[in-house]
Amino acid sequence: MNIPEQLKFLNSHEWIDVSSPDSAPVGISDHAQEELSDVVYLELPEIGRQVSKGDPVAVIESVKAANDIYSPVSGEIVEVNGALEEAPEAINKDPFGDGWMFKIKLSDPAEAETLLDASAYKGHIS
Amino acid sequence: MKQSPLAAIHERLGARMVPFAGWEMPIQYKGIVAEHKAVRDGVGVFDISHMTQFEVRGAGAGEWINTMFTNDVSQLQDGGGQYTLMLNEEGGVIDDLILYRLDEERFFLVLNASREEVDFSWLQNHCPEGIDLENLSADFGAIAVQGKEAKSAWELVEALKDLPARNGIAEFLDGDLILCRTGYTGEDGFELFAKRDQIGSWLEKILSIGGAVPCGLGARDTLRLEKCYPLFGNDLDEEHTPLEAGLGFFVKLEKEGGFIGAEILKAQKASGLSQKLVALKASGKMPPFRPGYSVLSSEDVEIGTLSSGGMSPTLATGVGLAYLPLEFATPGSELILSIRDRSYPIEVVKKPFV
Repeated sequence: MNIPEQLKFLNSHEWIDVSSPDSAPVGISDHAQEELSDVVYLELPEIGRQVSKGDPVAVIESVKAANDIYSPVSGEIVEVNGALEEAPEAINKDPFGDGWMFKIKLSDPAEAETLLDASAYKGHIS
Repeated sequence: MKQSPLAAIHERLGARMVPFAGWEMPIQYKGIVAEHKAVRDGVGVFDISHMTQFEVRGAGAGEWINTMFTNDVSQLQDGGGQYTLMLNEEGGVIDDLILYRLDEERFFLVLNASREEVDFSWLQNHCPEGIDLENLSADFGAIAVQGKEAKSAWELVEALKDLPARNGIAEFLDGDLILCRTGYTGEDGFELFAKRDQIGSWLEKILSIGGAVPCGLGARDTLRLEKCYPLFGNDLDEEHTPLEAGLGFFVKLEKEGGFIGAEILKAQKASGLSQKLVALKASGKMPPFRPGYSVLSSEDVEIGTLSSGGMSPTLATGVGLAYLPLEFATPGSELILSIRDRSYPIEVVKKPFV
């Protein structure tokens, strides 16, 4: 299972790359996209929205079900991946790359310490 | 949780298992869309071991069951089958099923897993003396082989055992193997019933020799929804009549001897329906339909809820079914679907979607 070392995770399978805390991309893990399979629709948050860690901020829909996406950290939504609205299958094809969903400006970078690192997440899903 | 006799094969094939009607069944293997397309374009195979089978035997069996179901059993020849419905005294649907006539005194019934106990006790309570009703469900496993290549797949597996004609049934091996030319996908195909310890070897042959793609309940649902086949528990229940469900073709109100619920249905037909199960389709890009979503009129008044809903892999758009008041049930009628408090335009379309 492919899990990039620099990412942080929630138990609910969202990842965040906090190496650029003013614009940290968020997506779902390879494991999560495989569990969902066939992503057909994505509802993205509005730019400028203030969110708290754990808030449901997006909805991802597979053929079978709708699932909430939770924000891994608190902050402001600064960018969304509009390309996914036309091609949500990018989440299946490249969950850690082209499949990023939104970018968030962290209001409290220390919050990132509360997240799972790659090896802890790997333990969580195995 | 009941286990399918095919559980070990599912595990080997990497199926994702889910609880369904008291059974642990595969929802998907590689993915719903790929499995759906395999059935539309070639051939797929489903585990349907959860389905319920009854046999009714005895002199006068046909006359009796004709009073229990809406379709006309007297139209069946030996080896023939028909889609039919079992109603309560109020005309509500207890279950929908396929009824096959093996011979004059022997009938084979395939019913919904979720209704096994209800169906059996309803029939048992109405069963006259001298007629045997037997629940065969625990003895049989079953698979559905579906798609335009289903017949050629079977001919590769077992060239000497001919598939029955459309809707028909054929018995082999002293009744240990039963083939029915039916399905739930809208494609040609057949359902194969075999004793629990034999069903695995039939599935292995269909996969390896017949080349069928293993398919789960997820694809079974999208395939049937595209064809607007109702699902009991979603689109059919004891609160709605088959006339409201748009199944009048399978209801023979004038047949000799009548059937339970017929008088209510006649009255409903005479006074006119107040609601109808209609097909709804997305008018633009929007989230997939899900059961339970509210349907609103163009004036934002709630007029119903989706009984079934999903994404049509063939049309790549949201589709669903809902009981709506008759005034909104005409194809072309423009309505609104409420999803997570947002409104999306949808319209009533002619059945089926595909």
